[in-house]
Amino acid sequence: MTDKTMTPEDVVSRLRSGMTLGIGGWGSRRKPMALVRALLRSDLTDLTVISYGGPDVGLLAAAGRIRTLVAAFATLDSIPLEPHFRAARQRGAFELREIDEAMFMWGLQAAAHRLPFLPVRSGLGSDVMRVNPALRTVTSPYEDGETFVAMPALRMDAALVHLHRADRLGNGQYLGPDPYFDDLFCEAADSAYVSCERIVDDFASAVPQTLLVKRHSVTGVVEAPNGAHFTSCAPDYGRDEPFQKLYATTPWPQFAERFLSGDEKTYRSAVHSWHEEQQ
Amino acid sequence: MNATTTTRAEYCVIACADAWRDNGEVLASPMGLIPSIGARLAKHTFSPDLLLTDGEALIVGLDGAVEGWLPYRQHLAMVTGGRRHVMMGASQLDRFGNQNISCIGDWQRPDRQLLGVRGAPVNTLNNPVSYWVPKHSKRVFVARVDMISGVGYDSAAAAGPSATRFHRIPRVVSDLGVFDFATPDHSMRLAGVHPGVSVEEVRAATGFPLALPGEVPRTREPTATELRLIRTVIDPEGRREREVPAA
Repeated sequence: MTDKTMTPEDVVSRLRSGMTLGIGGWGSRRKPMALVRALLRSDLTDLTVISYGGPDVGLLAAAGRIRTLVAAFATLDSIPLEPHFRAARQRGAFELREIDEAMFMWGLQAAAHRLPFLPVRSGLGSDVMRVNPALRTVTSPYEDGETFVAMPALRMDAALVHLHRADRLGNGQYLGPDPYFDDLFCEAADSAYVSCERIVDDFASAVPQTLLVKRHSVTGVVEAPNGAHFTSCAPDYGRDEPFQKLYATTPWPQFAERFLSGDEKTYRSAVHSWHEEQQ
Repeated sequence: MNATTTTRAEYCVIACADAWRDNGEVLASPMGLIPSIGARLAKHTFSPDLLLTDGEALIVGLDGAVEGWLPYRQHLAMVTGGRRHVMMGASQLDRFGNQNISCIGDWQRPDRQLLGVRGAPVNTLNNPVSYWVPKHSKRVFVARVDMISGVGYDSAAAAGPSATRFHRIPRVVSDLGVFDFATPDHSMRLAGVHPGVSVEEVRAATGFPLALPGEVPRTREPTATELRLIRTVIDPEGRREREVPAA
């Protein structure tokens, strides 16, 4: 069977400017940061990003790679407001398509099920309908006759997610408390790339319910230890809070210069020496 | 902190806890410190059937013992199924209970980008939503919110029966008092003031006219048991006093 292992650079080489990219994880939790850093090293731009936003959104927005953002929020969790997302938004750097968390989920669900939309009660009466005038409503064909928002499918060209373990065929396992929506991201995308903490030979001893992502929905697998850094990847590691704070308080060019100008190995050693300096 | 005098923060805890009274077996989702203390107090005392989370993906008892799994997907099902009562924060809140946490200023080019609407639209249309405002001011209690995230009574009515069907805002608690929408037009009413606060003070800090009952009651006193639970079991470090300092 096909060995789907590749490098972060291989993943990025399969992407194009102008694409619609979904990014898994939630806030500052289990974000595919090694893949996002690889994206930042490329010249890809003009992206439509679909994300339950965290520093993935902040990094890409600060670097000017986003044309359109589809999101319900952007947060660093322990730091409630994502500073680079805020700054970019306040200078009008990208178009925001703001929807709510539930609309987002139904949009992923619709895309994964090859439906044009799914009805959802949320959105009605809120300004999401005002700022998103393309949203339509739909009337129930049954006796209740209720009106709902027809949440359009969030179909994407590619999805990037980070999991704890994967095999070479593309099966992915999560070991943390929450799957977030990573399996839906993979199923909602034409191609999906899974980075993982460790590639394993098989899942012989795995608890079956942890085997979240199936290989038929995965195009490439990247072994990226610490690949969610600085977001959390519990139980393998928690969020690097001091480093996240540094990210949130350092002017972007300075942060990018020190941490993002080399490859992933360079990033890791730059983070390591920064931590040493803090001792 | 005087051992015999109830502090403002403790009245706030009582007012938040009472929001979950008689709610039965629903998920209490407190956002913010004082609502969290309130939800735990309610479960300790008059609402033992409440479900609480660890803030991540587990349903836990008061002692932290795990009793269930609640990842985001199932949490959203609890919201849409209506078996949840959330107490959210608000950067802005208006007369009919419209709430904003998205941005300040024009949405196209905001002066201050905040969180985004998060789950406020789905929450308000599907399960009861109360609000907690730790610092009552005209900056929060505004005539009109800049971006309707949580849906208020007038907006729900304008959107039709699907929007109003499960819409309910039981109460708003601030550091000054308790508010509800028990008026003919569902406009905000001052339902009670915390001891030490005058009605005039509340009106002066609110950016729209408040409906007033004939006589404005005061927030009830905590029982001796409640005070002991707050001070020695739930918040022994006194973190509540930092969120709402003594007036």
